[in-house]
Amino acid sequence: MKLETLTQVNAERAARRPVVVVTDVANGDQRLVKAKDIATDPLSAELSKQLRMGKSGMVESGGKKLFLNVYAPTARLVIVGAVHISQALAPLVRSLDYDVTVVDPRTAFASPERFPDVPLIAEWPDVALPPLNIDHYTAFVALTHDPKIDDPALLHAFERDCFYIGALGSRKTHAKRAERLKAQGASDADIARIHAPIGLSIGAVSPSEIAVAIMAEITAELRLPKETAKVQAA
Amino acid sequence: MLNRDEDILQAAENWQKAGHGVALATVVETWGSAPRPAGSSLVINDDGTFLGSVSGGCVEGAVVTEALDVIASGKPKMLEFGVADETAWNVGLSCGGTIRVFVEKVGQS
Repeated sequence: MKLETLTQVNAERAARRPVVVVTDVANGDQRLVKAKDIATDPLSAELSKQLRMGKSGMVESGGKKLFLNVYAPTARLVIVGAVHISQALAPLVRSLDYDVTVVDPRTAFASPERFPDVPLIAEWPDVALPPLNIDHYTAFVALTHDPKIDDPALLHAFERDCFYIGALGSRKTHAKRAERLKAQGASDADIARIHAPIGLSIGAVSPSEIAVAIMAEITAELRLPKETAKVQAA
Repeated sequence: MLNRDEDILQAAENWQKAGHGVALATVVETWGSAPRPAGSSLVINDDGTFLGSVSGGCVEGAVVTEALDVIASGKPKMLEFGVADETAWNVGLSCGGTIRVFVEKVGQS
């Protein structure tokens, strides 16, 4: 690998932008494909598939065996609400290799005793969220049930192109939330991005089961092609 | 976590810039129950220092030896490890899988 290629891979990774290194394993010839160039690349279909799966692998093209090494940013989950579901969700999401952060201004909730070893920010969303640099490889869930906390958090998530946004609450609660968010400038398209009621419909009852339903929905959003993900969620 | 790919590649860059000969070994294909997926990598410098892994520790020793050759020659190499032949017991995979590892020099033109 050329030093220049390696330096570029490291720079893209540091900026949390996905990148793929294509290697002809017969002779070591190599090129780097940045995320923004995938759509116009001759290997576009293969590249986008491998990237979506976050998986490296060998492909054949034009009689050549090419290794596609995918460097996708570590997925993150930002949990707003240090609630009972979050206590089950944080360790679950870590076992799936996500980075996780819990935000809740209520210090009685956001306590290290309740969340051992989990990065906690006991601040309001307007203070806590901007420094997190939330991006496309971030899933975002609002679980407090308190509009004073959830609403500004969701408004922030809309601006940041999160691959998943979910909010706890019944259909009725969600309808009221949609009205409030629109009054604060959210568009219909923004509202449509919220998964609510949150989680795949698996009959979850306990906080841990709800955590599983949420992670199943986030996984589907991350891994399935866009059309399929919508069918599943419908 | 030290064995995340970004740390391994950062080490590769740092070592190279510090004047070391460096090789990168990457799992490119796996069959059966391989310990680490395609894309897993190991970076080796000319001291024999290495970071990361391409298996659960079964074949790293052999990969490091081959990597030192690659650093010297500058020519990439494809290695295959499995339990297919008897000599493979020395550096084979106890899990019964087979892996192919591509070893390349960092900084080759």
